[in-house]
Amino acid sequence: MSDLPDTNVLEVDNLSVSYSTEGGELKALRDVSLDVPRGDIVGIVGESGCGKSTLISAIIGLLAPNARPASGAIRFRGEDLLGVNDDKMRALRGDEIAMVFQDPMTSLNPVLTIGRQMRDIQYRLPDSKAEKNARSIRMLQRVGIPDPESRLHDHPHQLSGGMKQRVAIAMALMMKPALLIADEPTTALDATLEVQIIHQLKRLQEDIGCSILFISHHLGVIAELCDRVAVMYAGEVVESGTVREIFHAPEHPYTRMLLACDPGAISERTRVLPIIRGFLPDLVDLPRGCVFRDRCDSAIEACSDKPPLQVRGADRLVACHRAGETP
Amino acid sequence: MTRFGILEALLRPDGLVVTTWRKLRRDPLGLLGLAIVLGIGFVTVFAPWLTSYDPNEVDVYARLLPPSADHLLGTDQLGRDTYTRLLYGGRVAMKVSIVAISIAMAIGIALGMLAGYGPRWLDRLLITGFDTIRSFPTIMFAMAIVALVGPSLNTVIGIIIIASIPVYARVVRTQTMALRERDFIVAERAMGASTRRILFRHVMPNIAAPLFILASMDVPVVVGMEAGLSFLGLGVSPPTASWGSILNDGYSYIRNSPWPIIAGGIPLILVTLGFTFFGESLRDILDPKLRREG
Repeated sequence: MSDLPDTNVLEVDNLSVSYSTEGGELKALRDVSLDVPRGDIVGIVGESGCGKSTLISAIIGLLAPNARPASGAIRFRGEDLLGVNDDKMRALRGDEIAMVFQDPMTSLNPVLTIGRQMRDIQYRLPDSKAEKNARSIRMLQRVGIPDPESRLHDHPHQLSGGMKQRVAIAMALMMKPALLIADEPTTALDATLEVQIIHQLKRLQEDIGCSILFISHHLGVIAELCDRVAVMYAGEVVESGTVREIFHAPEHPYTRMLLACDPGAISERTRVLPIIRGFLPDLVDLPRGCVFRDRCDSAIEACSDKPPLQVRGADRLVACHRAGETP
Repeated sequence: MTRFGILEALLRPDGLVVTTWRKLRRDPLGLLGLAIVLGIGFVTVFAPWLTSYDPNEVDVYARLLPPSADHLLGTDQLGRDTYTRLLYGGRVAMKVSIVAISIAMAIGIALGMLAGYGPRWLDRLLITGFDTIRSFPTIMFAMAIVALVGPSLNTVIGIIIIASIPVYARVVRTQTMALRERDFIVAERAMGASTRRILFRHVMPNIAAPLFILASMDVPVVVGMEAGLSFLGLGVSPPTASWGSILNDGYSYIRNSPWPIIAGGIPLILVTLGFTFFGESLRDILDPKLRREG
């Protein structure tokens, strides 16, 4: 662990990533900045195609082969990961930076037992098989799996979805990473399980003291779990701040509309669920000015120029010309 | 994991071998195939104990005899016991198939994984190589090689290996390509596993079953190739017994006695049926798309 107590584990600084496609250069991420403070849980919300997955891939250094070299910086404990070689990056993955995936049904190897996979993830340690098994059992206990010893002999298909996701979390946290990236880990689970897994995750995070970058499009989960949140739209961070600020006083029109669309937040019985009209802009041929202008209710003349990220409050950022006006 | 650990895992009540056997037991054709396979294995291993003759022992007074109590399947033009020659010919066939298939499979796995997981240019290069080999008719290819190095059992094995590598490599390549996009492989990469670790620890166990099926279906092909080459005189050199050379001898004397050619054809038919039945039954059991739980 680093010596400075109050630093950011992860700092993404003006990160831009684009892909070469047949239609031209697809600008998947543009000047994305994001901090994950030590011991905090940071959420990223945004609809499909907003660049969440590209951001994760860039952080763990596994961008698709057609990605162009990224510009900007991704600093993990002060070191820029974009300048790190493949071997060093591979050593970080699974050890210092771990990941939990969206679908537990497919993220475990179907032909290997749980025990074999959990031992395998500890290949960096010189311990004996018995020691690795013991550590696996302890980890399974911590994620709330009953009778962990016999589970070691099971294959993934013998476990339920929730169990599998617990196993995946246990595997990710096995090496006590400094940063856990959770890519919609509860989307594939039903609502009751979702709550259980979220609470478990929070407890484990407090125990281990790691930071979590939590990607989700479920606003309720973000509100429940996260300390800070960044709202992404079409490859940009449009608003970021503490969960309290963002959820109680959203300033970017996209955040406001997103909150209005959350079925959990709709109090009245209605036939028509609110929607955000329009579509994501074409990332190959971006419109000039604000990326959200075409779908925005409160667009004005000034919106044809790109809005700068304005600092609002302690460390809150909003990319809107009209931020601060009363809506 | 130790060698013993793997064996133990396979033989556990819910292990692969036991569950496969439980399903195979309900498939009469598969059982028949397994019985033929085991039978052929038994007679080739214990050949010297199953006959009182020497396969190359010439007896000019007993040429081209029909089957009798002394000579179960008669004798050939030199008075050699056809039954004995069949048993020893089976040894040649099994040696060729085991050696050739193991080596071809090992090389095929390595090249197939390289093609399926490596960079695209390497894939194109290897695929072009495989297609080039496959575009030669095997017999023409074999004749060219034999003309260069001379006929022998090792030449036959070499030819079969070269001809079979593309078969295995293509299957491994396709399976690897399908697996590399699967979430659990992506997850392994995200958790820092090296390429070697991913290929041998995670891809291999997933392609083992189809490869095993393919190998079992490949045995008759290889046996047929060996017999064919020996029949044409491109394989084992006389007087070594091979199913192909028995057929060739019988073919030359078919006007005098039909027995050698009848006897020489039966094992080829049995091998083909046995391994095909067994392989198809295994495929039904092990193919995840056809698999039914419980």
